[in-house]
Parts: sequence; C-alpha cells; structure tokens
Amino acid sequence: MSKTITIDGKIIPFEEGQTIMDAAMAAGIYIPHLCHQPEFTPHGSCKLCTVKVNGRNCSACTFPAMDGQDVLSETEELIDDRRKITQMLFVEGNHLCPGCEKTGNCQLQAVGYHLNMLDNHFPLFYPDREIDASHPDVMIDQSRCIFCTLCVRASQQKDGKNVFAISGRGINKHLIFNAESGLLKDTALEATDQAAHICPTGAILIKRTGYQVPIGERIYDHKQIDQVSLASSGSRPDEALPPSLAVETEHVKHGE
Amino acid sequence: MANKIRVATTSLAGCFGCHMSFLDIDERMLQLVEVVEFDRSPLTDIEHCTNCDIGLIEGGVCNSENVHVLREFRNNCKILVAVGACAINGGLPALRNHIPLEECLNEAYLDGIGVENPQIPSDIELPLLLNQVHPIHEVVKIDYFLPGCPPSADVFWKFLTDLIEGREPSLPYELVHYD
Repeated sequence: MSKTITIDGKIIPFEEGQTIMDAAMAAGIYIPHLCHQPEFTPHGSCKLCTVKVNGRNCSACTFPAMDGQDVLSETEELIDDRRKITQMLFVEGNHLCPGCEKTGNCQLQAVGYHLNMLDNHFPLFYPDREIDASHPDVMIDQSRCIFCTLCVRASQQKDGKNVFAISGRGINKHLIFNAESGLLKDTALEATDQAAHICPTGAILIKRTGYQVPIGERIYDHKQIDQVSLASSGSRPDEALPPSLAVETEHVKHGE
Repeated sequence: MANKIRVATTSLAGCFGCHMSFLDIDERMLQLVEVVEFDRSPLTDIEHCTNCDIGLIEGGVCNSENVHVLREFRNNCKILVAVGACAINGGLPALRNHIPLEECLNEAYLDGIGVENPQIPSDIELPLLLNQVHPIHEVVKIDYFLPGCPPSADVFWKFLTDLIEGREPSLPYELVHYD
C-alpha cells in the first residue's frame, strides 16, 4: 500500500525521500515559496512555504513527508503569516516595482499578488545596498536580494563555478562574489549560467534584455504564480507555458 | 441630492499620475457625481477639507507641508486611502533616501550640469524638506491601500463602488499591480 499524507484534507501519495513540498507539487498543489526550486537542495530560508504539520509550523520545502501526516496550508492564519513574511521581505530591501526591470516577471511581486498583499504594513527600512555593474552582461542590485541563495546553489550545483556566497549576519548580510577584487566582472560568471537567471527578484539582471517583453505582457501580468509554478514543475503538463515565460527561462544566447 | 458622499483628494510627493488615472474612469464620472461630491481636491480648488467621508491620498511625504496636509485629511476624513506606489512605499521620490539631503540640494541647485545662478532656494514660503521620503502609513493611520503606478481606473471604480454600495472593498487578482 502506498504511503499518503493529507494536505488541507486532500489525500496525497508520496514516495520515500520526498518533502512535503515535493509531494504537494507532484499532486498539483501549490504552496507559496521563493527560495525553493525543485532541482536544487532545499534551503528553507524564505519561510513562505510554512505549513502546519500535525499542529506545528514547518517549512514544507525541507520537511520530509511521512505516512499519515496531517498538513494544513491554505488556512486563514497561514495565509496571513505568508502575507506578513512577504511584507517583511519588501520593507527590508528596496523593492520599488515601477522602476525595476524585473517587474511582471518577479516571483516576489507575484507572491504578493497571489496573497492579495496591498500594502507594506511595516515601516520601510530603505537599506543602503550596493550595485555591481562591472560585469559586461550581468548586473546585480543588492537592494533586491532576499538571500534565497538560489544563485549560490545554481552556481555550485549546475554551473560548477561557485561564483556566489552570502556573507555577514543580520543587517550586514549580503551577497558576495568569488573574486580577489570582489567584483562580479572578475568572477567566472557568464550570462548563460543558470545562476544568472535563477533570481526570483530583480537582484540579478541580464543587461540589455530588461524591456524585450513590454510591461503588461509579462508572466505574472496574466497568470498567477501557482499556475506558472506548477506548470514549470511539470505537474500539469496540459498547462502550456505562456510565451513570456519561455523567453524568461531560455538561457540568453549572448553576442549582439 | 442631499447627503452626497463627500470625497477629498490630494497629491503629496506624487506626480498627479494617480489623479489622471482616476479621471480615466471617463464617463463613469457622471455616475459617480450622482452620489459623490468633491471637497478639497485639485479638481475643485477647495483649499481645506471638512467632514469628508473618503480621503484619497496620492504620493508619499517629503516635506513639512505634506505632513500638515496628511494630518488635515486624517482629521477630516472617516476613511483614508493610500493611492498608488508612492503613498504606499515612497516610490520614485524615495530614491533620494539613500543620498544625504544636502548632497541632493547641492546637486540640484549648485553643482548640477546646466545650473545657472546657483543658489539653494530658501524662501520662507517654501516648506522644509524632510531628511527622507516616507510612505503615508508611517505618519497617520491608513484604512485602505490601492497599489499601482498608477492604480488603473478600474481599481478606483471597484474600490469606490464597493464603498458606496456598502461592501467591504476588495481588489481581485487582475486589479492588483505594483507597477
């Protein structure tokens, strides 16, 4: 007999070794997340995927599925927690969407939309963070980094390069680049690397591509992140990806 | 009609883009003024608001006058609404929050390219700039938020018709944009 968990009362099968997030995505159930991508080691840092497992809060992306677990996800309390977490992510950085190239393709923004987040609630922090525009093809604005470490993991696990790391703690936490000079241009990063495309926010941008797709025609202008996330994880193969997503995920072939 | 719903609007550190977007409700404005009358607003030139039901605030707070106007609205409006990205998070004007005020003034009025007769404006009539631009919820209690740069005409329409018809205002997915 196959093992199952229940998510919001729905019985979901899972295989040994899967996390709650894996089982949910395979069953076509979306749990909001930003720091998680199925092909990378889970990190469990953004806390958006917080679910209640047998009465206790856990990160769905790191918590192993176990037979008979009772998981609550779409409760009013958890949705409210997720909205608060998203608001904190917004006020901690400088997330001014109208002036950001990533707007409309940004997962942080899309999660805000999904949660019907209409305000920031908290006082804004306006941190001073650096921009590194030294690389010929890639720009990094630390103002928008949410420390999800997806670029760190992608560089190590897919690109085999180890370009990125997170350094410092608390208010001083920031992304660092693996070069003597500390500058992005002196790292091994190329615009075709997966690490250059994995950023869920507008922190890592490919130069000269930001407005190829006009605002208003971008991924989350027309599709909710739950549809996009499940479609790209392959759990709903019937759901065709929007053309703008195809543009977004395609690794840029560079050289004007 | 007696007892029309009284609406006041203003733009603080904003560009009036939200007001322009509000006017994009086009002919629906005629339906609106059947039940609504405008108090203090750039649309009326009334200088101070008194006993209003709804106050729509565009823009964040960047100077002392903005603070006074915002407090006047809070004291005179039953429902106060933050309209647009700048009211909600400071928006474009908040880009100066990373630069000391003195440097901003020097660049704009003394050292900038093409500045003639360089001098920092100091007329007593001019409101003093705040050190940083702030979203309005940091200054007064805000009841509702309409995100967008600007919020579309449909956002204004949905919000106001919800309120006027006695429903709790809500914005469906397709009306929520931060850009």
